[in-house]
Amino acid sequence: MTRHEQILERLMQHLERFKSESGELHADADLINELGLDSVNVMDMLLEIEDEFDISVPINMITDVRTPRQLADVIVKIESGE
Amino acid sequence: MSLFDKFDRVRDASGSLALDSEPSPLGTRIDEVHSPTRGRIGNSEVILAGTNNYLGLTFDPDCIAAAHRALDEAGTGTTGSRMANGSYGSHRQLEQELAEFYGMPSAMVFSTGYMANLGLITSLLGPGDSVILDADCHASIYDACRMAGADVIRFRHNDAEDLDKRLRRLADRREDGLDNALIIVEGIYSMLGDRAPLTEIAEVKRRRGGYLLVDEAHSMGVMGATGRGLAEAVGVEADVDFIVGTFSKSLGAIGGFAVSRHRDLELVRFDSRPYIFTASPSPATIASVREALAIVAQRPQLRDQLWRNAERLYAGLQEQGFELGPTPGPVVAALVESPRQAIAFWHALIEHGVYVNMMLPPASPNGRALMRISLSAAHSDEQVDAILDAFATLGSMLDPSTPA
Ligand SMILES: Cc1ncc(COP(=O)(O)O)c(C=O)c1O
Repeated sequence: MTRHEQILERLMQHLERFKSESGELHADADLINELGLDSVNVMDMLLEIEDEFDISVPINMITDVRTPRQLADVIVKIESGE
Repeated sequence: MSLFDKFDRVRDASGSLALDSEPSPLGTRIDEVHSPTRGRIGNSEVILAGTNNYLGLTFDPDCIAAAHRALDEAGTGTTGSRMANGSYGSHRQLEQELAEFYGMPSAMVFSTGYMANLGLITSLLGPGDSVILDADCHASIYDACRMAGADVIRFRHNDAEDLDKRLRRLADRREDGLDNALIIVEGIYSMLGDRAPLTEIAEVKRRRGGYLLVDEAHSMGVMGATGRGLAEAVGVEADVDFIVGTFSKSLGAIGGFAVSRHRDLELVRFDSRPYIFTASPSPATIASVREALAIVAQRPQLRDQLWRNAERLYAGLQEQGFELGPTPGPVVAALVESPRQAIAFWHALIEHGVYVNMMLPPASPNGRALMRISLSAAHSDEQVDAILDAFATLGSMLDPSTPA
C-alpha cells in the first residue's frame, strides 16, 4: 500500500459517519455537495487528521480541496515536505 | 449558470423555514427603539434582550449630549479616510484615551470592529507567517486571516493543551521558531458566552513563543476591575501583544480599535488597507464613544449590575432545565435541537414580549441552534423576571420529544 492509499483509507474512515445522510462514500465524492458536509465539518475533520498524522494542515491549503482523494494529495505533500 | 444560482440553497432554506416573512428571526426589523431595553417589533412591545448593549449606554444622557455637541460643531461626517482628511483632533484624542485606558503606548481607531480585525491582522501577517486561532473565532478573524495569506491553523475551542500541541508541531517545522506566529483568541465568545482560558493560553504563549492577540469585543467594559476585559480580569495583560475591540457593544456606538504594547503598531497605519481605504467614524460617533469610555472607567456599578442580571438570568434558566452555555455571563445561550424549533420558539417569545437572537449553524457552534440572550446593566429586575417567565411559559416547545 502506498502512503497515499494509507492516508486515503484513514480519511474514508473519518468520513464514515457522514455516509448515512448522504450519497455514496467514495474517494472522488464532493465533500460538500455530495456528502453534505459544511465548511465547519471539513475544518473539524481536519483537526482530527492533523492529530492522527501529527502534522499541521493549514486551512488555506485545502481551499481548493473538493474530494477525499484531493485531501490525501495535500497530506502526502505536507508529510513529504517535512 | 447565473450569478444568483449559487443562492438556491439559501432561497430554499429561507422559504422552507419561513424566514422571509415579518417578523423574521434573521434580520429582524425593530420598528421602534424606546430605550436600551425596550422596543417595538411589529405589533409587539418587547424587552430587548439580544442587543449586545451590555452597559445600556445607547441612551446615556452624557453620551447623547456629547454626540449632539460634536454634530453641531463638526458636522455629520468626515467624508474621508483616516489616511486622508478623516483624522480629526477627536479621532486622535480617542486613540490617546484608549492607549491610556489600556496603559499601552499605541492605539488605532477603525470604522468598525470587523475592520479593526481585518486591518490589524492583514497588516501584521503575510504569506509565510502563521496564525493559530481558536476554532470558534468570529468571522471577521477568519476573513482577516484568509485575506492575509498566512498559514491558518485552528485549535480546539478553549483548549490550551490543544494550542500547545499545535504550536509544538509548528515549531518543529521551522528553523526560526515562532517569531512570526500569531495566536488569536477572544475574551468572551459571542455565541455561547464562554470565556477563553486566558491564564493557560498566556502560559503556553510564554513557553512556546509567538504573539498573542485577544479580541475583547464582548468583554471590554464588561470584565476586569476597570473594564479593560478578560486579560485584565485574570491578570495576564503583560502577555497580550494586541487587543482588538469594538465600539458597537458596551460602548453603544459603532467603530473599532486595536491597542498594543508594541509602539510599532503605529506603522500599521501606513500599511493597513481596511484603515486607509474607508471613511473614518463620524464626529458624533467619536464623541459618544469618548464619553462612554470615560463612563466605563468611572461607573464600575454598571458592570456590577450587568453581572447581577446575568447571574440571575442564568440561574433562573438553569433551574427551569434549559441546556445553557458553560458559564453565566452577559451572553446566555439556550441550546435548541433543531432550527425549526428555534424559529417557532423565537416567534412565540416575540408574542410574549421578549426579543432575543436566534442563531443557526454554522454561525452557531457544534451544529446546534441556539437562543442567544444578551443582558444589559439597564435591564431591571422586573425585566429579567419577565424574560424568565416567558421562557418558563414556552419552555415545553423546546422539549426534544415535542414535534416541531
Ligand atoms: C468577537 C467579535 N469581533 C469582532 C466583531 C465585529 O464588531 P463590529 O460589530 O464592531 O464590526 C464582533 C461582533 O460582531 C465580534 O463578536
